[in-house]
Amino acid sequence: MLMDRYTLLQKIGIYIGIAIFLIFILLPFFEMFMTSLKPLNHIFRSPYQFWSDDFSFAAYSTMWERVPNLGRYILNSIFIATSVTAIAMAVIVPAAYAYARLDFPFKAQSIAVLLSVNMFTGAVLLIPLYKVMRQLGLLNTYWAMIIPGVAFLIPTGIWLLRGYLEKIPKEMEEAAFMDGASRLYTLRRVILPLAGPGLVVVSVTVFITAYAQQYLFAVTFNSNPKLHPLPVGLLQFIGYQNVEWNMMMAAALTGITPVLLVFLFLQRYLVAGLTAGAVKE
Amino acid sequence: MADIAAHPAIATSKARSKGLSEGWFAWLLIAPTLVFTGLIVAWPLLETIRLSFTDASLAGESYVGFKNYNTLLHSSKFYDVVGRTFFWMFVSVGLKLFVGLIGASLLNAAVPGKALFRILIMPPWVIPIAMGCLGWLWLYNGDFGIIAGVANWLGITDGPFAFLAYKRSAFWSAIVTDVWVGTPMVSLFFLAAMQGVSRDLYEAAWIDGANRWYRFRRITLPQIMPVIVSMALMSAIWTFNSFEIIWILTQGGPRGGTTTLIIDTYKVAIANFQFGEGAARAVVIVVLLLVFSLLYLWLLGKVNRKFGVK
Repeated sequence: MLMDRYTLLQKIGIYIGIAIFLIFILLPFFEMFMTSLKPLNHIFRSPYQFWSDDFSFAAYSTMWERVPNLGRYILNSIFIATSVTAIAMAVIVPAAYAYARLDFPFKAQSIAVLLSVNMFTGAVLLIPLYKVMRQLGLLNTYWAMIIPGVAFLIPTGIWLLRGYLEKIPKEMEEAAFMDGASRLYTLRRVILPLAGPGLVVVSVTVFITAYAQQYLFAVTFNSNPKLHPLPVGLLQFIGYQNVEWNMMMAAALTGITPVLLVFLFLQRYLVAGLTAGAVKE
Repeated sequence: MADIAAHPAIATSKARSKGLSEGWFAWLLIAPTLVFTGLIVAWPLLETIRLSFTDASLAGESYVGFKNYNTLLHSSKFYDVVGRTFFWMFVSVGLKLFVGLIGASLLNAAVPGKALFRILIMPPWVIPIAMGCLGWLWLYNGDFGIIAGVANWLGITDGPFAFLAYKRSAFWSAIVTDVWVGTPMVSLFFLAAMQGVSRDLYEAAWIDGANRWYRFRRITLPQIMPVIVSMALMSAIWTFNSFEIIWILTQGGPRGGTTTLIIDTYKVAIANFQFGEGAARAVVIVVLLLVFSLLYLWLLGKVNRKFGVK
């Protein structure tokens, strides 16, 4: 379209802007990568060297021997985030449906209270949470890292998904009721298939948040070294004598790659889903 | 006859008569949510409030009334922390929204390669926060970091400059990292909102001869305002409580230069085992955020009424 045409100058400006933005976003990864290539005895070399002959990928193979559980930590991280997402979605979907479609006493008040959960983070409630986990006998299990994650993600999830469910035409449900379908059947067979974009947005957002924030609960509620997620497992590269920075960076980059790849694939659906939710009638 | 049966009201009432009443069914659907938030949020919150009236520590606990709150109220150091936290929140959220808006506009431009650019801005959001901070820890290193290295090479600085060693540079460094973590999500939500704006509006304005800047100001901004407004509040609450970034970069130092309320609370309660005093700080955080959110929503309602938005 003619409207979308840019002059050459505008095009150059856009690319320069994008370049600056991307440098800001990707710089830490570049630094991590460069650090992972440096032999340990040469990491602390000043002034800064952009390139040197002794750079190598050795850390990417030695890291598996230095921390034998590394592969497990990478999987633990993914397992915890996946479990949080599965449980959270099972809780979010029915509640979001209730808030989007049904009429019941204390509806407005209860969602306001629920949304205020956003104001608390695990860090504020850590001490009583520790007691709860201990009383439930969940300390040093995967559950101690999964359950708190679920609880803090539910309210935002309900709030996001409700917006999508509200946009589904009421006539669809009424047609199903007409045919004698029960409420649960309608929710499962009529509403959920139509809520596809919303479900993608909410579950991807929940997964990302659960994956990004697994440091605090893990260091506090878990001392079983086999169950640690990757961010905590990386601390094992800190030895008594020295810190194996090159291996730590190599392990960090290797560990996040699988999730990054999955996300690259999902990114297009996420933007499409968010756009669908943003359209005002 | 068929017409009457097809009437939506009759269909709905037919469904309503079946099984549970609507109210009970709704509460049944919400029950799992209540169990989770009750156990993990509500009960610990009540326990925190109770603890805040005690001198609980490893040695045991006894009721001390408002002593913890009194101490905070008369501590100028605590006021510094509160002031710093709000400054941290306003600057960081402001930057996230500003950079996010520019970023979203750039990514929304119809230029070759935009699909790739959209993917490349995501990593800070998708990876564990604690691991992104590892990269920044190296970037800010005065001797071995690339920023100090380039600055030295260009002759901007003379010798090493450790960003995290001085109060002010540490604070601004932490802000930059916080903006780095928060901006991708903000950009993505803004970008999605921008793509939802009807093209007819732009075409009409274009035919009338409106330039790009005018179209951005008069069409894009007002159309995506609802998303900006709700993103601002959510981002403000998250930023206020932002813990891992500061903790990993500076642990609140140097000399308290990056100690926000959440860091102060964690230090007192977890690192020094002063559970009672820590709980009082936690309650202050909750009260401040509640007041801030209500004030924000109230102001928003006023602004909306003034401009006749429903």
